[in-house]
Amino acid sequence: MSLTPNNKSQKLYTLPGDDVRQIMWRFAERFDLQMAVQGARSVARGPVARLVADGARNSHDWTEAKNGLLKAFDESGITSVFMDPEFGGFIEGPKNLALALVAFELAWVDGGSATCSLAGCLALAPIHERGTPEQRKEYMSRCVPAQPGEDREVWRGAFSLTEPLPYVGVDASMLGGRIRVSEWKDGEEPLIQVEKRGRFITNMDFANFVTAAVGSDDERIKGSCMVILEETDPGTFDRGTATKKLVHQLSSTRDPVFSLTVPANRIIGGYTIQDGVIVPNYSHGEVIEAVFKRTRVTVGLMTAAKLLSAIEPVIRYQRQRFRGGTVSAPGSPRFDLGLQQKEDVLHRLIDVWATGEAATSLGFEAARVFDEVDPREKERDAYFEANGISTGREKLKALRKLEEQALEFLKLAAEPEGLRDGARYEELKADRMVQFMLLDSQANVLCPACKLWNTGHGANVMREAVSLMGGYGITEDCPGFLGQKWMDAQLEATYEGPEAVQRRQLTVTMANRVFLAQFKNWIREMRSIAGKKPGSGACNLASAMELWLWTVDHLQVATDAEGVKLYKGQRQGVTFPLADALCWLLAARYQILDVLELEEKGPNNPIVAEGLEGYLNFFTDLCHVQSAAAAGEVGRICAELVYGYNRHPSWDGKNSESCFQPSDLAVLEGVIPGISGAAENYSDVVDEDFVPRKAGPCVRFDGYEEFARLRAKLDGCLTGSRLAKDRAAAALVDVMIPEALDYPE
Amino acid sequence: MSGGYHIVVCGGIVPDPLQTLEPAVGPTGPALRNEMMLPAVLDPWAGHALFEAANLAKSQPGSKVWWVSMGPKAKLQQLMMSMGQKVPFELVALDGSASGFTESAEVAAALAEAISSIPDLDQSRLLLIGGWESASRGAGSTLQIVGERLGIVDQFQGVDEVSVQEDGSLKLLERVEGGKHQISVCTAPPIVVGWATGKLPEPPNNPQIGMMNMRTVMPALQRAKAVQVGTGSLNFVSVRLPEQRRSTRIVKDATVEEIAQEIVEWIKD
Repeated sequence: MSLTPNNKSQKLYTLPGDDVRQIMWRFAERFDLQMAVQGARSVARGPVARLVADGARNSHDWTEAKNGLLKAFDESGITSVFMDPEFGGFIEGPKNLALALVAFELAWVDGGSATCSLAGCLALAPIHERGTPEQRKEYMSRCVPAQPGEDREVWRGAFSLTEPLPYVGVDASMLGGRIRVSEWKDGEEPLIQVEKRGRFITNMDFANFVTAAVGSDDERIKGSCMVILEETDPGTFDRGTATKKLVHQLSSTRDPVFSLTVPANRIIGGYTIQDGVIVPNYSHGEVIEAVFKRTRVTVGLMTAAKLLSAIEPVIRYQRQRFRGGTVSAPGSPRFDLGLQQKEDVLHRLIDVWATGEAATSLGFEAARVFDEVDPREKERDAYFEANGISTGREKLKALRKLEEQALEFLKLAAEPEGLRDGARYEELKADRMVQFMLLDSQANVLCPACKLWNTGHGANVMREAVSLMGGYGITEDCPGFLGQKWMDAQLEATYEGPEAVQRRQLTVTMANRVFLAQFKNWIREMRSIAGKKPGSGACNLASAMELWLWTVDHLQVATDAEGVKLYKGQRQGVTFPLADALCWLLAARYQILDVLELEEKGPNNPIVAEGLEGYLNFFTDLCHVQSAAAAGEVGRICAELVYGYNRHPSWDGKNSESCFQPSDLAVLEGVIPGISGAAENYSDVVDEDFVPRKAGPCVRFDGYEEFARLRAKLDGCLTGSRLAKDRAAAALVDVMIPEALDYPE
Repeated sequence: MSGGYHIVVCGGIVPDPLQTLEPAVGPTGPALRNEMMLPAVLDPWAGHALFEAANLAKSQPGSKVWWVSMGPKAKLQQLMMSMGQKVPFELVALDGSASGFTESAEVAAALAEAISSIPDLDQSRLLLIGGWESASRGAGSTLQIVGERLGIVDQFQGVDEVSVQEDGSLKLLERVEGGKHQISVCTAPPIVVGWATGKLPEPPNNPQIGMMNMRTVMPALQRAKAVQVGTGSLNFVSVRLPEQRRSTRIVKDATVEEIAQEIVEWIKD
């Protein structure tokens, strides 16, 4: 890592292209992923964009034109991205980054098309993650597009969890779907009757099979499970009514009803018979946990793509705003720069861009971490099996031991290289299970953080992008389809677990000791970066991270004015804002790390090298802007939480004891000359006919000195951030953009 | 033809026409402003040639397609991530300038040398194919010179169709004025075919083809020979954009009737 201050004279010449992004998002060496990106892009900016431009989003129905997308997905390789090569796919190993990139490309134009493509993967995911080898082979093979010479229909799937109120929604444990044994002959596969009503189920117009979450309604079946339903199973496979969505209209969504008889071998992951009871190997909760923790990342990236996709059309709009007619002559600033003469529109667009960069960095990092976690999860399972660890309690015990080792490793990692126990450090570093614990604790935070922040905050910022297009922004004609994307972002914040679910998950995972120990090391890392690369916002971010960590430590032991513990599951007014604050920090951190990656690897690519300094200058300024925004949010949230649960002192006797009265001051003036004038700086001065002009005596900060110090430091660390914003804004005026969007309007 | 054809397609890259293309003087002469940073696409003429070549190879068992391309190596690699998924081929890469400010003869010399160096290339089965106006600023000279250098005298330009007849001869349709074609029959290779637009659409991406191609594409890029073209041998007095202001919009998959109607309306206006 060179980490040298950049040559500030170099400008941003062009918008970042594939070469730059491949380095930043770490797939410059993966031509399989680069091809997947190109395949998805050709569909997104071709048939998908054409559909949107033609008004296909104005119908809730799954039309023939929309159905044509499925063929485009198949032909371009999008459908195969999820499949392993043994079943006809073309990407070896974990597919999280691959799917994330495909979703990003599709959502660059239309989020619904991305949902349509991903929903097939979502249907297969339970089978992929927890299915038996036979189930995997059968359904994965059926869903891969036919190769030349093959004559078969491609199967499509739907994932059915959500149910009509009051059942599965935010709380996935409340299942209305039921299974019962319908027939069980000796020595034969039991037949089970499945009753399930779905709500908002994607792909239902054309799904050949459904993976459905159901609970037992029969004492001969234990707990819950997920089960595979096929359209030809005996009974009712009613696709239901189309959902009247305002968003994602390029995906099919319906409210289906199933009443089907299926063999028990359709239970995903199989089952055992214990004392005459069918015991599914995986509950529906275990299956969906394994599924959602991966698929939610791609949703987060869909909103991130929208933000970055807005940059080019907004710049073009700003520049061309006054062209035409007689209002400005060619060559005049008004003609050439248009709205870009105004600082506000530039600053606001920088906010959109910085958020988009941070969201994308966070999302792709999450995807990459899951690519690393996937094989190690299998190693963990093998480790359990090899060591005879089978029950839940034994597993927890083993994980606790590994957790201690992971903490030991992190402690050693934080020590100077020459002073630590090198042999032990290397031993723990080479231990796959210890490293799994580190990655797993990261993944458990990054997934909900990405889903929550990218979509929730992303939707807010997308509104800003729309507003930058003026009235044009809320028309169907808006270049880049920004109005539609704003609406779509709201759905992305909701489906696959709404914001409250993500915050609840973060409440647990961000308090994990291994995660917090890593977080502490990341503060040191940011300080180190700040020392070598001033102006990147790393210093500011490190201060914000310190403040957050102090606040977490404090809130875990603190109580409110009534003596009630603050950090606990039900106290969402405490834990949820802390989760929000963490997301800001993580996004800004990964944004900085991506720019460092570009700085390190960019010189090796002759195309990137030519404009590298300009990219680095601009991206570094964006990092600073984003870190400052993150610091502002974190400071506000932490201050509210630390001070906000204390009762404000009132003008009652006890609190007034610390106030000075004029008579007190007169006496003291003889001992401490000048105290009468200075007393108000230290406490309140009240006289006998006092009329309150505030809520009570000023708050004392006893016990909060450290917090106040950190907060003051954080504020000071904002130094230079607005200068960075000015520089970034100036770059928007000069950057070269294409003459037109590369997809229809 | 028994044993199939050896089809060599010459096809280079051009800056994405959607980008703002602004002439500028660089250290080695005229160039486009920020040219290295601008995305590149396959020259459309060459694209038609490549798709037609692959189609011909598919219909003639035993045929093989080589794609010879000159451009900055890193830019060629980016192009391969999309075009490499379209049709099967083996890449022969030359690391050199793909600027519009090179001389046809220099480019042709480098391409001819690269083609001559292809192992196992059988000249008696050779169809040398490319875009008829490629790499020559529309002069239509580069492919002709490549053919001449390789000693191929049967050359056809502005070709829209090549078909193999029952006796193994090749029937070619070359564009002539008035929307008509001149029909020629050539008994056997080697020939040069400068493609016009042909009739084939751009094939969809097929990642399976891509993965197969990448086995040879990546090694070919790694061993791409550096070629010096357009550096000092030419002197451009001045370069400038056409006076007209461009007004670009993207319309995909429009029918011939729609395009014709729009042109008529434009003329009327």
